[in-house]
This record gives sequence, structure tokens and C-alpha cells, in this order.
Amino acid sequence: MEGERLASGSSELAVGESPRGGAPIPGGSGSCSLLQADVLDLDEDEDDLEVFSKDASLMDMNSFSPMMPTSPLSMINQVKFEDEQDLKDLFITVDAPESHVTTIETFITYRIITKTSRGEFDSSEFEVRRRYQDFLWLKGRLEEAHPTLIIPPLPEKFIVKGMVERFNDDFIETRRKALHKFLNRIADHPTLTFNEDFKVFLTAQAWELSSYKKQGPGLLSRMGQTVRAVASSMRGVRNRPDEFTEMNNFIETFSQKINLIDKISQRIYKEERDYLDEMKEYGPIHTVWSASEEDLVDTLKGIASCIDQCCKATEKRMSGLSEVLLPVVHEYVLYSEMLMGVMKRRDQIQTELDSKVEALTYRKADADLLTEEIGKLEDKVECANNALKADWERWKQKMQNDLKSAFTDTAEENIRYYEQCLATWESFLTSQTDLPLEEDSEDKI
Amino acid sequence: MEQTPPDPERPLQPAPLEPLGGPGAVLEAAGEETQGTREDTSGVDTMTGNNFWLKKIEISVSEAEKRTGRNAMNMQETYTAYLIETRSVGHADCQSVLTDSLWRRYSEFELLRNYLLVYYPHIVVPPLPEKRAEFVWHKLSADNMDPDFVERRRIGLENFLLRVASHPVLCRDKIFYLFLTQEGNWKETVNETGFQLKSEPEGIQHLDPVVRPCVPLDLSAVAHSSQRFTELKHYSDELQSVISHLLRVRARVADRLYGVYKVHGNYGRVFSEWSAFEKEMGDGLQSAGHHMDVYASSIDDILEDEEHYADQLKEYLFYAEALRAVCRKHELMQYDLETAAQDLASKKQQCEELATGTVRTFSLKGMTTKLFGQEAPEQREARVKVLEEQIGEGEQQLKSKNLESREFVKNAWADIERFKEQKNRDLKEALISYAVMQISMCKKVASPHEDAAVAAVAAGSEVHAC
Repeated sequence: MEGERLASGSSELAVGESPRGGAPIPGGSGSCSLLQADVLDLDEDEDDLEVFSKDASLMDMNSFSPMMPTSPLSMINQVKFEDEQDLKDLFITVDAPESHVTTIETFITYRIITKTSRGEFDSSEFEVRRRYQDFLWLKGRLEEAHPTLIIPPLPEKFIVKGMVERFNDDFIETRRKALHKFLNRIADHPTLTFNEDFKVFLTAQAWELSSYKKQGPGLLSRMGQTVRAVASSMRGVRNRPDEFTEMNNFIETFSQKINLIDKISQRIYKEERDYLDEMKEYGPIHTVWSASEEDLVDTLKGIASCIDQCCKATEKRMSGLSEVLLPVVHEYVLYSEMLMGVMKRRDQIQTELDSKVEALTYRKADADLLTEEIGKLEDKVECANNALKADWERWKQKMQNDLKSAFTDTAEENIRYYEQCLATWESFLTSQTDLPLEEDSEDKI
Repeated sequence: MEQTPPDPERPLQPAPLEPLGGPGAVLEAAGEETQGTREDTSGVDTMTGNNFWLKKIEISVSEAEKRTGRNAMNMQETYTAYLIETRSVGHADCQSVLTDSLWRRYSEFELLRNYLLVYYPHIVVPPLPEKRAEFVWHKLSADNMDPDFVERRRIGLENFLLRVASHPVLCRDKIFYLFLTQEGNWKETVNETGFQLKSEPEGIQHLDPVVRPCVPLDLSAVAHSSQRFTELKHYSDELQSVISHLLRVRARVADRLYGVYKVHGNYGRVFSEWSAFEKEMGDGLQSAGHHMDVYASSIDDILEDEEHYADQLKEYLFYAEALRAVCRKHELMQYDLETAAQDLASKKQQCEELATGTVRTFSLKGMTTKLFGQEAPEQREARVKVLEEQIGEGEQQLKSKNLESREFVKNAWADIERFKEQKNRDLKEALISYAVMQISMCKKVASPHEDAAVAAVAAGSEVHAC
């Protein structure tokens, strides 16, 4: 068996992101059509940005990135060595989207390649095809099994009013990257990585998966759970421990902030793209002008060339934005929703306990039965709380690292951009101010 | 256009210098020594001689003030007045002493310029700053009373006066001198010159290529100069078109750039708020937020500098119009010349026919003669005599028009050459200053980003320290 172990692997590895310090190769202008339901008002007088309708938010990125590894082996080169000493023994890639057309519907499947050295897997390499629905199923199962663990977020379903191009290339590519991250985050999670449903998802053939899915709790029981959840959430939890109240507050504020940052980042991307479009028209005008000015040809052409180079630098900067910052920020927007769900589920478990305890004080008749149930529920609550606490610390750490590194990378990208523009213009200026000297020396000859 | 004889209605002031080679009346610049007696407009080498204005005088438009008054229809209006100060610089000590100071409004500048256009048709007259704000982008106001617009206009008006004062021909004009020195009554003085009557009749604005006379004339020199002027006209059209395009797109670029920077300012707000509750990353976030704010506010100065650059280009956009005015004047003279020549030629022909009895050209007289019989020899002789007189006059006129035209072409080209050199210098300087602006912008902006990056790293390391 091939041992694909790494000296210090990382559960923090977010495969698919560009390695630190590297810049994605500037692509041409892809068919970027960023959709927004509302337009941010640039008025500085407004204290808050306009509410941004989530359903219509489509992350439509510049998809020209060759950084996507095509095989798990190439991921080894991208590992960031972090403090944790987990040994990575499960490598997953999501790629090769394909369109399938049936009489009823059209959908996209993605190829998932898994390489592993774990014993519980029958083989060391697997290749399967999955569609978005399957991912949804997996997520649901994980949430059921681990209601208070922080499950990684899935990219959104595509719900846009009146939009026909469900399968536009940029959208598919963005989704593919997000799905890739999703599976790898699960693989990195100390608990989730051993989940049985996860294993089946990675290894079962299409027909196997269908029949496996049917085995799960039936529709009715799932509906029952949902009803109970809604009922208990309406009652509200009374004895929430302080630490979880604190956690809840943090999550709410975090969610608000990250949503704002998401909006701002997307708006910046849009503004930069518009700026780039105008600059592309601006440069060539100087070349046109040079055709009617014999004495200013060099100067004008020089300026046109500088502007052109700055345009290229802008494109690079923008693709950096769309490769690094925007996906990370958006992922944490989804995470924040996920977290609110986790808090709810935790509260719900506690409410179950609380209501049984309450019942005990009023109905002495079933005291024994209730006591037994209460005992079980107390265990359940304690488990849930501990699981959440542990996962929470892990998540927070990761969040801070991810955001810090995303912003740092963006800032560095910006610095590079300005340095490049500076160099371009300075070299032009030197050429222009040296010129008179050249002419003088020619005269002397 | 006829040669303008000294206007009899202005007996009290020396006439402005005749531009078309007529007897030059020297401008008596009230007390100042004039250098040279005869105006020589042959070009560059007279610059130093005729720049006595700049040597001795400093002109500045130093203030702008909002005023209300009554207009021609006796209605209240608000307008801006500009303070023009003239200082004379002493020879020995180079100290400047304020000699004149008066207030003028934009419409008076326009009046001055229109006067110069009429009296110096062969000169590329410097343009005024724009009447209304054009090429406006998001943040700029299109309002004429907006303080930024007024400030830029003030600079533009000063620039106009300096250009006129440094022009070898225009600087000696009496009306210009009075503009700087005589506040009251100046408008009446200008109008008394009657220049409005001399300006082009509305009808002859655009001429088609001139019709060739049926009789060959020696217009080869004229044809050559026509070609030069045609090229010049094309050049000025191109210049105007390319500069307006450039200014339009530049305005859009400025708009977009403004948007990018200002949206970053939102980051600043969010980071600051976030730092309040995210204890571990607090300081780092606060700092990063601050730097985002610095970044966002840096765009205002950057774009203000760029606006100044745009104004420099705009001046030459308007100069293109001045060039066209000279070309148009030339066209009119050509038209006039060729009409006169044609007229003369046809008269000569008529004369010849009468003398020899052959009819080549159609004339009503000829037809009636055929129909009603030949006229008597005395009648014919009388007609021939009249024609000969007319031909004589016509030849004189043609000669003087030719002379006029040649003088015009000579003087105009001298000024055009001067203009070209000025334009090349100025534009190159402007374009280079644009590069300098870009450089300073990159430098100015890179540091907040660096600081933000450092802050973000600091934020991260605080986390690890916990």
C-alpha cells in the first residue's frame, strides 16, 4: 500500500487554494457576470450597506485558474505545515464536471477521486461521480449524526428568479471548488472523517448509493424530527449555559460582520472590473493621438504602453481577489448560517431535557420512566455540549487563520500591484527625461 | 473681409496695430517704454522684443467673489467676479509693486476675446476656460457656482491673461491693456471700436471648396497655401476629436477609481466595529480598519490633481477651435479673392467681345442685340469704356486683395509655427506631469496597504499567542 503520509500534515489544509505567495496566472476577461439583487449605495452618509438578498447572490468568479490540482498527489506540494500533528491519510479531489441529460432533467455530476491508506477502506483508490443532490444528502446525514458539530458549508443551491443559465461555466467552476473544499474539510475533521455515510459517499457506485440512501430513517420520521425542532425552537430555551450564550452572541455578530465583508468584497470586485474596462479604452486613445502629433509620438505611445501594463497588473490583482479573498469570505458567510443551525440544534436537545424535567415535577406517576429518560437525555446534552465546545475552539482558530491569511494575501497582492505600476511609470519617466540629453549629444556629433 | 481702415469712431485712442501690413500705429502703453517702432510679426525672433509686458508686468487673477447685481433685463442675478491684479516689476530691485487691481466677470473676458478674434484674425487666439463644466464625473459638480469649479476657472482665466500677455502681437493691444487697467467704461470702449460689425456675417460659416474660375489665373501660390490650411484644418479636427474622447474616458476612469477606493472605506467601518467585540484580533482589526480609511480618503487629493491635468488638455481642446477660426478666415479670403478674380475675368471677356464683335458668353444684352438688331457704334464704345474703367478698378482691387491674402498667409503661418512649438512643449509637459502623478499616487497608496497587511499579520500572531 502506498504510504502517503506526510511529516506534519495539516488538518487545516484547504486544498485548491493557491499556495501562499503565488499569484494565479492572469487570465483574459472571462465571462464574468456578477449578479446582485440590490446595488450598494456609495453614499458615505449611510451607516449601513443595503441589505443584500442572499438568494440572488451568485459568486461568479474569474475561472481562469490553473492552480486546481488534478490529482491528489499534487496536493502534497501545497501542504501548509501547521502546528497540528495529524497525519493525513485521506486525499480527495473533485473535478471534471459533466453534464447529463435525461428526459426529466439535466444535471451536472462531478468526479470524486479518493486516495487513502486507511484500513477500513476496501481499496486504496476510488473514483465515483456525484451530483449536488448527493452532497446535500451527505450533509443532512452528517447533521443528523452530529447535531452539534460544525459541519462544513455547502455552496448554495442555485435559486435565482428568472435566470436561465443554470449551467454557466463560471458557476460550475465555483461550485466545483466549493464542493472540493467541503469534502476535504470533512476529511480533516477529527470526528467527521470517520463517519460511515461519508465513507459510502466516497466509495459507493451510483446504484449502490441510491439503495443505501433509502435505508436511512424514512421520510415520516424525518418530518417528525423537523416538527419537533420547530416546536422546541418556538418555545425557546431557558437554561442555556452562559458559555453558549456568549457563543451565540459571537455568532450573531460574526454573521453580521462577515456578511457585510462579503458584500463589500464583491462590490470591490465589481468596481475594479468596471475600472479595468474603462482603462482598456483609455490607453489606446493615446496611441491614436500619436498618429497626428509627430513631436509627441514617443511620449504618447509611452503613456499608452504604461496604461496597458497597469491594466495587466489590475487583471492579475482581480483574479487574486476572486481566487483567494472572495471564496474564503463567502465560505464563512455560509459557515455563519451553519453555526446558527448548530446553536439551534444544541438548544433543541437541551429543551428536550428541560421539558422532560418539567414533566417530572408535574407527573409523578411516570416518575421511573421519566427519570430513566432524563438520565439518557442528560448524557445526550452533555455529549452535545462537549462536542460543540471542542469543535468550536477548533473552528474559531481556523476561522481566524483563514481570514487573516486571506486578507494578508490580498494586501500583499495589492502591494505587488502598486509596486508594479510604480515601476512602469518610473521607467517611462526616466525615458522621457533622459531624452533631451540624448538629443544634445547627437547635435554635438 | 475687407481691410479694416482706422476706425474714425475712435479718435481718442491709438488704433490697435493693423494686422495686414498696413501702416503700423505703435501702441502707446501709457507711460511704458515701447521697444521697436514697427510691428514685425515674422515670428519667434521678435518674441523677446515684444515681451516687454512680461518682463515688466506680473498679472494674476487672485480672487473670486460671488456677487449679485442687476442684469440687462433689470433682473437680479448671481455671478462670480474675479480680481485681476497687475504688478510692475522694478528693473533694479525686482520688487513688484501693485499697479492696478480691478474686478471682472467671465462675460467681460469673453468680450475681450471676441474683440481679439475680430481684430487679429491671423492669430491663434488663446482660449478661455470652459463656460460650463463638461466632462464631469460622479463627484464633480456641474454647477457654475461650485467652489471647486470657480477655483479652476480662476486659474484658467489667469492662464488666459498670461497667454495673451506673452503673445508677441496680442500683448500690445490697447483694449487688452485697458482690460487690465480701466475698470469702469471698458465695455463701452470695446463696443465703440465697432468690432461686432466687422465680425463674420452669419451666413458664410462653412464654405465648400472654391469654384475654379473659367479663366486661368495665377493662383498657384494661393493653391499651395490652401493646401497647408486644409491640412491644418484636418489637424485641428483630429486634435479636437482625440482630446474630447480622451477627456470623456478619463472622466469615466476617475469615476470608477473613486468607486473602488470609497468601497474600501466600508471595510474600515466594519473592521473597526468588529474589533470591538473580537477580543483576540482586536488591535489588529482596529489598525487594519484605520488603514483602509486612509486608503479610501487618499483618492480625493489624487483626483483633484488629475483634474488640473484635464484642464491643461482642455485648453488645447479649445485651442483647436482657435486654429479652425484662422483656417476659416483664410477660406473666406480665398473665396473673396477668387470671386473677384472671376468677376474681373468675365468683365475682360465681355470687353473683348464687344471690341471684336464676337459673342462667346451669353448675356441678356447680347441676346436683345441679336433680336432687336445691332446697337450703334457709339453705344458700343460707351459700353466698352465703362467696362474698361471697371476692369481697371477690378485689377487694382485684385492686386490689393492678393497682397492682403499673401500678408495674411505669411503672418498666420508665423503665428501657427509659434503655436505649434508652444503646443508641443505644453503637451509634453502635461503628459509627463501625468506620469509623475501616477507615480506619486502609487507611492501614496502602497503604504496604507502595507500597513494593513502588517496589521493583519499582527492580528494573526496575537491569536497564536493566546
